[in-house]
Amino acid sequence: MNYNEAVSVLRTIPVFATLDSPSLKLLAFSSSYLSFEDGEALCHQGDPGDSVFVVYEGEVEVSLVLPDNGRIHLARLGRNDILGEMAVICNLPRTADVHACGPLKVLKIEGDVFLQLVTGNPDAAHGMMRVLAERLLRFTEQYEQLRRCMPDPVVP
Amino acid sequence: MEQTLFGYIRRYSWREQIILLVMTCASFPFLYASLELPKIIINQAIAASNFPRNFYGFEVEQAQYLAILCAVFLLLVGANGGFKYFVNVYKGRLGERMLRRLRYQLFTQTLRFPIPHFRRTSQGEVIAMITAEVEPLGGFIGDAVAQPAFQGGTLLTILAFMFAQDIVLGIAAIALYPVQMYLIPKLQRQVNALAKQRVRTVRRLAERIGEGISGIEEIHANDTAERHRADFAGWVGTIYDIRLQIYRKKFFIKFLNNFLAQLTPFFFYSIGGYLVIHGELTFGALVAVLSAYKDLSSPWKELLDWYQQKEDTRVKYDQLVEQFRPAGMLAEDLQQPVTGPVPRLSGAVVASHVSLEDEVGVKAVDQASFQFEIGQRVALAGGPGSGADSIARLLARLLHPTAGAISIGGQPLASMPEAVTGRRIGFVGSHVLLINGTLRDNLCYGLYNREVPEAETVDERGRAARSSYVFEAGQSGNTTSRIEGHWIDYAFYDLAGPAELQARVLETLRLVDLEGDLFSLGLRGTVDPQRHEQLTHRILQARSVLRKRLQERRYQGLVEIFDRNIYNQNMSVAENLLFGLPVGKGFDLDHLGEHPYVQKVLTDVGLRDDFFVIGLQMAKIMVDLLRDLPAGHEFFDRFSFISSNDLPEYQAAIRRVEQAGFEDADPDDRNLLSSLPFRGVPARHRLGLMDAAFENRLLQARHAFADGLPETLRASVAFFDADAYNPAASVQDNILFGKLVYGRQQAQRQIGALIAELLDGLNLRAAIVDLGLDFNVGIGGSRLSVPQRQKLAIGRALLKRPDLLILDEATASIDPAGQAALRAALLHDERLPGQVWVISDVQQAHGFDYVIIVEGGRIAAQGPAAEILGAWSPDAVDA
Repeated sequence: MNYNEAVSVLRTIPVFATLDSPSLKLLAFSSSYLSFEDGEALCHQGDPGDSVFVVYEGEVEVSLVLPDNGRIHLARLGRNDILGEMAVICNLPRTADVHACGPLKVLKIEGDVFLQLVTGNPDAAHGMMRVLAERLLRFTEQYEQLRRCMPDPVVP
Repeated sequence: MEQTLFGYIRRYSWREQIILLVMTCASFPFLYASLELPKIIINQAIAASNFPRNFYGFEVEQAQYLAILCAVFLLLVGANGGFKYFVNVYKGRLGERMLRRLRYQLFTQTLRFPIPHFRRTSQGEVIAMITAEVEPLGGFIGDAVAQPAFQGGTLLTILAFMFAQDIVLGIAAIALYPVQMYLIPKLQRQVNALAKQRVRTVRRLAERIGEGISGIEEIHANDTAERHRADFAGWVGTIYDIRLQIYRKKFFIKFLNNFLAQLTPFFFYSIGGYLVIHGELTFGALVAVLSAYKDLSSPWKELLDWYQQKEDTRVKYDQLVEQFRPAGMLAEDLQQPVTGPVPRLSGAVVASHVSLEDEVGVKAVDQASFQFEIGQRVALAGGPGSGADSIARLLARLLHPTAGAISIGGQPLASMPEAVTGRRIGFVGSHVLLINGTLRDNLCYGLYNREVPEAETVDERGRAARSSYVFEAGQSGNTTSRIEGHWIDYAFYDLAGPAELQARVLETLRLVDLEGDLFSLGLRGTVDPQRHEQLTHRILQARSVLRKRLQERRYQGLVEIFDRNIYNQNMSVAENLLFGLPVGKGFDLDHLGEHPYVQKVLTDVGLRDDFFVIGLQMAKIMVDLLRDLPAGHEFFDRFSFISSNDLPEYQAAIRRVEQAGFEDADPDDRNLLSSLPFRGVPARHRLGLMDAAFENRLLQARHAFADGLPETLRASVAFFDADAYNPAASVQDNILFGKLVYGRQQAQRQIGALIAELLDGLNLRAAIVDLGLDFNVGIGGSRLSVPQRQKLAIGRALLKRPDLLILDEATASIDPAGQAALRAALLHDERLPGQVWVISDVQQAHGFDYVIIVEGGRIAAQGPAAEILGAWSPDAVDA
């Protein structure tokens, strides 16, 4: 993949869809093009959250290591999915492990570049807000469903 | 600084002014003689006939006499020129010295301004005042006394001559002077008022420009360019009006002068003519007076000009003085370098009824009283706007209380010299400013308090240069400390010497968690093998060990080894062509396309045009990407092939090439654009502009380049050689003898770990970290990340081992785990006795001894941490 293809990949991603063309090109130009082999880690839980990944080929698995060394699978993301943006926005360490499932290609955007473009551009900031709000909405719905499935908690 | 301009001139230059005056007076007889001599030559040597005659005891013929007089004339011309030269140089030097002194004083004053004053004073204004506005002052000071003396002297001489001819005519000549002397100052005062207004308005204009530049994003983001243009137009309009009025008045003064000057001959013709008709004055005398009057007008004009200039300068001076004397300036002696001992701080820090009120009466701190001991860990708890940050700044004496007082160990903080507050107190805020220099400079910044006299080690010429600098600096009242001197007083900071400082630096870097970062930076640095033979030898050892380790499966595909016969995707096109790196100035990587030898090699393999085509495309992409970024944006430094300064040049070149057509492009544009592809790294930039055929031909070019390299250029390239250290390549590239592969995230991590392991095994870590200290942080530290800058600022404060360390949200941008670790490490460090931390939430006050809660500028509660934490727990709030 080269620079021009990266621009078109980024354009299809909801968070960046509203970015103007120069910012999008800048994003494509300043990001790194990384490839991973099956099972290789993109990041580990607790790593500093300093970059955002955009998958453009292959799939990743997001998982959590439990204190007893067990592992729970959280999500599987694929083409045109974005990950790691929460850690960058909140200046938090990575909250989960991310591994490649099969050969994987991603664009890696430096955290500060991401923040500058997203905060420096009202449209992009709005796009980002919408993505996060949608995610929150989804989680709230899931939480509601879960709560309905659970027996009523006993009041202490 | 003196209140008035002439007070200033008297105080700092009276000796020089007297010398100038004496020299000016001494020149008068010569001037007079040189005016007199032509008359003698004509009347007595050329036109006379009584020769031979006696000349000082010698019999001389006419021709001889003429020759002697002409020789004297030549001597006089030389002497006059000599006087003029001396006086002018002397005046110039005096003016420049005074200018230097004035600027130095103004800057010194600026350093003493109360910090809140900078909120009201724009940077642009201060810069304009110290740079441009003082400039004419220096010139005037040279002329201040000599000019009126010279012109006045000339004037008096001519007047005396006129009075000698005829008293009435003499009186007529100066009859109108009183009128001029009365009218002109009156008019001049109006001009002065306008000049004052103009200076003020220009300053406002500077402020508007500054606002436009710093707010450029807002302007773009809000489409307010037109509004700013209108505002600007308004201000330049005001300046236009003022200047026009000044011109009108100035030229009216001129007109009046000219008119009055011409009025006098009217008197001569009428009164003088009348006198001649009646035989009371000879015709010759009238002609002499008339011609003398012509000579009179020039010095008189000069005197009036001088007067106008004096008034102009006086206005400027008054305004400078007024601007540079804000209320609440730090007393001058508190900022002077001290030579005596600087006491350590100990005992109780007591604040009693401290208030801080800004100019409009808002109290940021209101009647705060508290007390703690140096040796305690104190938390100042309060969110933004609570006043906790102001209290921290008051404790560091960056702000001065408007009421109440703070004392440390019984000594009032307000009267401590900056040598005490600046060295014994360490303050780090959330906003960090780094100086443009190396990491080492920034880390040791807090130790650069004054120049330390050192043993004379420089040679004769160096010493002479130094002493002349010191002499000149002294003549202008500047400090004689030199920035190139030695600035670290090791003994003062309990250090035996550079080696111990180095150890403390390393320890500090570990404490603030920067050691790893510096290790990485050190790996990117270069080493001179001649100076560090041992180090480079060990690095070569590391290379050979690494070579074997890279065979392991987990390292496969992470490093692209240098191979003379393979095109390396992970190094720049320039490196690919050279298969090495340039040394010295023989090959300039930024202008490689212009080098005749490179051009020849590329032409031979048929790549000249390809470079031009690719360069043009690259330039278009870069211009397209970057044209909307503000100049100096950090993206230029980090990502661009083209710096923000050069961008317009490339834009213009693209336009010209497109107009002229590819074939007829200007050679300069061709060279400029052909140099761009050299900077691209194929695997990193992936612009997709170079294909396999290009790569093959570049490999041919590589061989041709090395084979045909002329003897004179041999030393300009450090070729990659598997058995030699490459002085131009980074330490990392030397260890790897290859490049990390860009597309593999593991490359950085895994190979980094491997390199670290090898270097640790060879005991080289400290040496590499030391190299990292030479990394240039860029303007304002722009080449470091924000957390790195903050850690560096904390390290800077720790390095001087302050008795009282004040941290105002200084760790905010560090990641939470790093923050917690740093806080724990600092709070447990016994070598940092007093610590005050501003924290936003009382709940974070674990680990502190004493807690002060600030709300709305007042102390809401204070006490030992255990008590306060108990009382302010969420349960207590609920109850």
